[in-house]
Amino acid sequence: MRSNPLFLLGLGLAACMVLYMTVGVSGGWSFVLPFRAGKLAGLLLVAVAISTATVLFQTVSGNRILTPSIMGFDALYGLILTALVFFLGAQTAVRLPPVALFALNTTGLMAGAVLLFGTLIAQTRTDLLRMILTGIIFATLFRALTLFWQRMIDPNEFQIIQVASYARFNRIETDLLPLAALLSFAALAVVWRKRRQWDVLALGHDAATNLGLRVRQQTILALLLVAALVSVSTALVGPVAFLGLLVVSLARLCDGSETHARLLPIAALISAITLIGGQLVMEHALSLSTPLSVVVDLLGGLLFFFLLLKGRSR
Amino acid sequence: MKPGIFLAIAMVALSLLSLFVGVIPIVPSDLLHDAAAWELMRDSRLPRTLAVVIAGGALAVCGALLQSMVRNHFVEPMTTGTGQGAALGILVTTWFLPDASLLLKLSVAAATALIASAGVLLIVQRLPPRQPLLIPLVGLIYGGVLGAGVTFIAYQADLLQYIDVWMNGEFSGVLRGRYELLWGAALVAALTYVTADQFAILGLGRSASINLGLNYRQVMAMGLLAISVVTALVVVTAGAIPFLGLVVPNIVARYAGDNLRRTLPMIAGGGAALVLASDSSGRLLRHSFEVPAGTVMGILGAAVFLWLLYRPKSYAL
Amino acid sequence: MILIRNLSHTIAGKPILHDISLDVPRSGITALIGPNGAGKSTLLSLMARLMPRQQGQITLDGHDISTHDTAALARTLAILPQIQDAAPRLSVADLVAFGRYPHSRGRLTVEDHQIIDRALDAFHLTDLRNRALETLSGGQRQNALLAMIFAQGTDYLLLDEPLNNLDIAAARGLMAQLRRLANDQGRTIVIVLHDINYALAYADHLVVMAKGGIAATGTPSEVVTEDLIHRIYGTDAAIITHQDRRIVDVGP
Repeated sequence: MRSNPLFLLGLGLAACMVLYMTVGVSGGWSFVLPFRAGKLAGLLLVAVAISTATVLFQTVSGNRILTPSIMGFDALYGLILTALVFFLGAQTAVRLPPVALFALNTTGLMAGAVLLFGTLIAQTRTDLLRMILTGIIFATLFRALTLFWQRMIDPNEFQIIQVASYARFNRIETDLLPLAALLSFAALAVVWRKRRQWDVLALGHDAATNLGLRVRQQTILALLLVAALVSVSTALVGPVAFLGLLVVSLARLCDGSETHARLLPIAALISAITLIGGQLVMEHALSLSTPLSVVVDLLGGLLFFFLLLKGRSR
Repeated sequence: MKPGIFLAIAMVALSLLSLFVGVIPIVPSDLLHDAAAWELMRDSRLPRTLAVVIAGGALAVCGALLQSMVRNHFVEPMTTGTGQGAALGILVTTWFLPDASLLLKLSVAAATALIASAGVLLIVQRLPPRQPLLIPLVGLIYGGVLGAGVTFIAYQADLLQYIDVWMNGEFSGVLRGRYELLWGAALVAALTYVTADQFAILGLGRSASINLGLNYRQVMAMGLLAISVVTALVVVTAGAIPFLGLVVPNIVARYAGDNLRRTLPMIAGGGAALVLASDSSGRLLRHSFEVPAGTVMGILGAAVFLWLLYRPKSYAL
Repeated sequence: MILIRNLSHTIAGKPILHDISLDVPRSGITALIGPNGAGKSTLLSLMARLMPRQQGQITLDGHDISTHDTAALARTLAILPQIQDAAPRLSVADLVAFGRYPHSRGRLTVEDHQIIDRALDAFHLTDLRNRALETLSGGQRQNALLAMIFAQGTDYLLLDEPLNNLDIAAARGLMAQLRRLANDQGRTIVIVLHDINYALAYADHLVVMAKGGIAATGTPSEVVTEDLIHRIYGTDAAIITHQDRRIVDVGP
């Protein structure tokens, strides 16, 4: 694996993709292929978005145990969505094209991310535990507020906009794909271009400042990118709790170099294999009715727990 | 005004409020001539108010207990495994024995809650003492992982809709004849008051406890049993009410100090008042649709938790 | 040179620095000494723009450091940073290579590699160049950081108590290295020192701080007197002269 993980991972992904498209087809190919292609595209997008957002977030928060969803990013997404429905009125909200709602939601999330997490990271950067604890409380608070607002919206109207509490990888909002793809490509391009700067940022506030980086500015930019990517994945499949931690931890095991230039693609590949391969396994091999996300969350949650106790948060 | 007196007044006022607000408004004068009003009061309002008071008081007391047991001010049983353990017990019972009696459900729930609590205690005791925030963090994650496990099983059992019910505590289903077991929680809370000194000493640490002649293991076991039973009782009757046990003891400690023998009644009163307020406002906020007390408490509790975490003089740490 | 004018600073409501004005001369070693809590580290952090300036002014070669482009500043000024827990699996060579970032933005030239090799050599890290940071001892890690800012090639070097984790050989080695940089390359070095004797032995210029203000400045022989030690540190220590050099007697 050490020799060239990228090559092997690439092969693995290609295999998964082929299988996904071809296994268990019943009915006309002309229908199935485009249908599955749409879902495959969605899964790929989600996989890369999550892995990249997690890598970037870990860089700016200075540790390897936090992820955007632990800090409450996707719970914030759900809250903003519910708030939008509440303030716009459900009737208006349902008449909006999903793309418009998604755009509003993403903007809200980006603003919220910078305000909330920008301050948090700046103030508590050296106190990792306090930061994690705050993130968990935020997530709980956002979910409670979401539930609260759901109740405040007339229950008859609320059916219209469902805020998922866990991700569904077998049902993807394909009408959002074009805009989501556009947004993520833009974000990913920026992330990739600045890959060397993220390396410097990872050294810590003082060292990065010493080397001439505008730490505050770069942190805010990173948070905006993370928010955009999280928004994409949450809109497409729902809140993905621990997938990021799982795949990025695996990626770090595969790759010893610690540079973003290698970590980003390796994490993306592992993420894609996990999602697509995992979906394959859940849908065709096992007949468990549990969605993939619950399994991923359980495994990832255990991993998180283990990392925390081991003190390997760095 | 002394905190104790303030709490007493608050409790009385809130209880009265609770008795009279709701989907069908009752005015005290109604009780004099309207038989239907009396029935409503007897079958629904009074039991509900009593249930809220007992649940609130007992949960707050259990929060204080757990804090003594782990020697950390930022924990409470509902979110750190005990609550999820109880939910697991109810889930399993409902899955395999759908016709089980309330008492059986309660017993299983208490047992699973006990095992879950013992688990978190074992882990927490091995944590380095120099990182006080690690304990609440580990507790919350432990609870979260357990909760995910419960969801997983609920999925297999096709009982997912029940999870929402248990995880968001509300008292709208409390009726005469369906809540009496909760008085057991009041009993446990009262017993705890009798032994308050022992728990206060427990909070000083293992060596201090042994030094003062306390049977350390025994007191820990008692505490474990108490929080498991109370949590199971509340979850079975109403569902999870998060953060109450964390927030109330901390606020009371701020105004009245840390002497458990003195502050335990205030903690109970504060817990009761807070859940009364949550429950009543849940009924008032949106006419004819109730917001669960658990949801209101989730918001309030999380906000206060954040405030506790960031206030300048965090002597709790 | 570095000019500080009327610098005051408060942290969390507590005043740390009171109206400090100071000229740090070019070329040579300036040592900042003083009792704990005097504000030395705060002053250094402010000079390195690690903290936002509140009141007063700091200029470096005529540029106000709070407005000057930080990337350009990184080519002129370096501070030894704390990297306790960052990227532990980073190799020594990689860390030192980061020192060239302000110049080459990550694309290393042949000249960069030569500078990196010289830096590794200067701090006895050539054999350790491929080792991960986390496998090094505290002293070795400190050396790696020193090599990094050495590779940064700046005119000004700021160091906050760099001798704390070093044994006597390493400490003398580092001070000698700094002395060479000042003499041979004309670099300006500002160093916070705990041990007055090192200041007496190696510094050209001394700044004594106490209680957030400057108590004395001048050459070591002018400044360090028994009276000063008594006034500033509250202890009585004799000063001995040995081969033209003054030493504080730390014995009882």
